Amino acid sequence: MNIIVLLKQVPDTTAKISISSGFMDESTITKWSMSPYDEFALESALQLKQNCNGNLIAITCGPDRCSKMLTDAAAVGTDKLIHIHHEGYLDSIQTQTLLAAAIKKFEGEVIMCGKQAADTNSGSTGPGVAELIGASCITHVSEVKYENEELIATRLNSLGFEIISTSPPSIFAFDKGVKELRRPNVRGIMMAKKKEITRLTPEDLGASLTNSNINLISQMPPSEKAPGQKYEGTDSIHEIVSKLRDEANVI
Amino acid sequence: MITIIAENSGNTLHPVTSQLVNAAISIGSSAHVICPGGIGAVEATKITGVNKVTSVLGDCFKIFDGSAWAEAINSSIDDDSNVIFTSATSQGREIGAIIAAKRKVPIIQDAISLDSTIEVTRTIYSGKALEKIQSSSKCVITIRPNSFDSAPQGNNAPLNTVDKSADLRISVKEAIVKASERLDVSEADIIISGGRGMGSIDNFAELESLADMLGAAVGASRAVVDEWGMPHTMQVGQTGKTVTPSLYIAVGISGAIQHLAGMRSSNYIVAINKDEDAPIFNVADYGIVASWEDALPVLKEELSKL
Ligand SMILES: Cc1cc2nc3c(=O)[nH]c(=O)nc-3n(C[C@H](O)[C@H](O)[C@H](O)COP(=O)(O)OP(=O)(O)OC[C@H]3O[C@@H](n4cnc5c(N)ncnc54)[C@H](O)[C@@H]3O)c2cc1C
Ligand SMILES: Nc1ncnc2c1ncn2[C@@H]1O[C@H](COP(=O)(O)O)[C@@H](O)[C@H]1O
Repeated sequence: MNIIVLLKQVPDTTAKISISSGFMDESTITKWSMSPYDEFALESALQLKQNCNGNLIAITCGPDRCSKMLTDAAAVGTDKLIHIHHEGYLDSIQTQTLLAAAIKKFEGEVIMCGKQAADTNSGSTGPGVAELIGASCITHVSEVKYENEELIATRLNSLGFEIISTSPPSIFAFDKGVKELRRPNVRGIMMAKKKEITRLTPEDLGASLTNSNINLISQMPPSEKAPGQKYEGTDSIHEIVSKLRDEANVI
Repeated sequence: MITIIAENSGNTLHPVTSQLVNAAISIGSSAHVICPGGIGAVEATKITGVNKVTSVLGDCFKIFDGSAWAEAINSSIDDDSNVIFTSATSQGREIGAIIAAKRKVPIIQDAISLDSTIEVTRTIYSGKALEKIQSSSKCVITIRPNSFDSAPQGNNAPLNTVDKSADLRISVKEAIVKASERLDVSEADIIISGGRGMGSIDNFAELESLADMLGAAVGASRAVVDEWGMPHTMQVGQTGKTVTPSLYIAVGISGAIQHLAGMRSSNYIVAINKDEDAPIFNVADYGIVASWEDALPVLKEELSKL
């Protein structure tokens, strides 16, 4: 079975985001990492690979710097690395079109991704790609197993969770998983350095991009809230409650 | 006209639906509301600004399968509708993304404001920055709950019913209810969250009784979810839920950046913490420097007087 994991490189969650001339300044980011939910997708993809003797392919779409993340994925056991090379802004449908074309080219049957990337915070890619390739789509997944030719997923919801079954092709968008993430060992790291990365352009995938209708106007720091009031001790609680009721109208 | 895919909350219309209608009105448009599975359709006809409600009835709406729902809904979307709104909840984001891909148009997720030129403001990098993006053509936009007020009631829009289903691609083998029967944090208008400062999981009973007085949901920091085994569905923050209630009360929570990412855009924030330098006070409208053992009984007494 061909298992594909979609990995996105993002500024590490500890990185400070600086804005210069109205846009996020990438040059100030000192550490780039795999988007946190993608790590859970990768861990589950590795387990599924062992579970059904599959072949695991990692695909990323982005600029040169993303190659390093693919090498990290190889260090924990990814078999094949695909880098769709693209510099600059892509809107949701453009990203999905490229990833869908690559999934088709490498005949992905089970596709795993993050429920939301740590930069865009969108959650569009998994469902959108599922539609483009005609796969079933399950989001907020914490675990996937292969049993009796069926894929069995745990889907988190507001009440607890559901056990869902589906058959390939399927896309699973991962939430925080239940599993411990594996770390690479020295041998893995050494092998990964030698692993070839297949670099493709949008044209190689036969997916020439049409112009985007989305115009990125500006990026800015979050608006700072006016400083609130701080009170020592519990004497103020009477006043706070009446403000919440009479001024804020929230209780 | 803007097409709105309604959000349901159990068997009724989720309040965010009325906020989506108000968002449409605010940019000078009327709204066609589509109710998947017919849930809340009659309620939707009463929202001012709605000029048509379509109730889509089909077997596929018995369980949530975003692909099947989107397929069943899609033919009810007006062709001349340039913009489609869904709510930025987990279901709304998924249905919106599938519909956008079906129509080969972009989706802009989690708008917190927008104007008539379809310039949208949204947060990126887990709230560490904002961006403004504009769509010059057809698109889908999901809107964050509580970013717009509800539209007024008092309408009587026509209601059409269509029978349309689609093949389910998934089946639910088992549903396990883990969280308490309490209100979910992503649905609540008031949230009371506890952190490690609560001392132990048993002390959450104090927060629950306060929540009952206010009709609030109980949330938690990651520290207590990871260390005390609270359900992950209660977790607020970067790797939990992003919430925007009208009132968020943080008790014994330090206010780590990852926690703030999930709650800093709440309308009003009250923090109770015994450390006056706790970073939660930087985002709190009202900060109470006290232990919860001292503060909660006084707070309950004051509330009971209302
Ligand atoms: C990648 C990543 C993702 C993360 N995602 C999340 C997330 O989604 N959500 C989240 O919450 N965290 C998240 N975290 C963890 C976050 O960094 C903090 O560790 C966590 O939020 C701390 O929880 P806390 O405030 O409950 O505990 P602490 O930081 O230990 O704070 C406890 C507070 O309680 C106060 N206190 C103690 N006793 C009392 C008392 N009797 N009365 C009143 N106050 C008292 C203390 O002064 C202190 O401020 C994430 C971390 C990482 C690295
Ligand atoms: N450029 C990309 N390359 C590879 N995977 C991606 C890319 N963009 C998004 N994804 C995947 O889709 C998930 C959701 O992204 P988003 O829709 O941007 O929130 C991510 O967590 C990744 O798994």
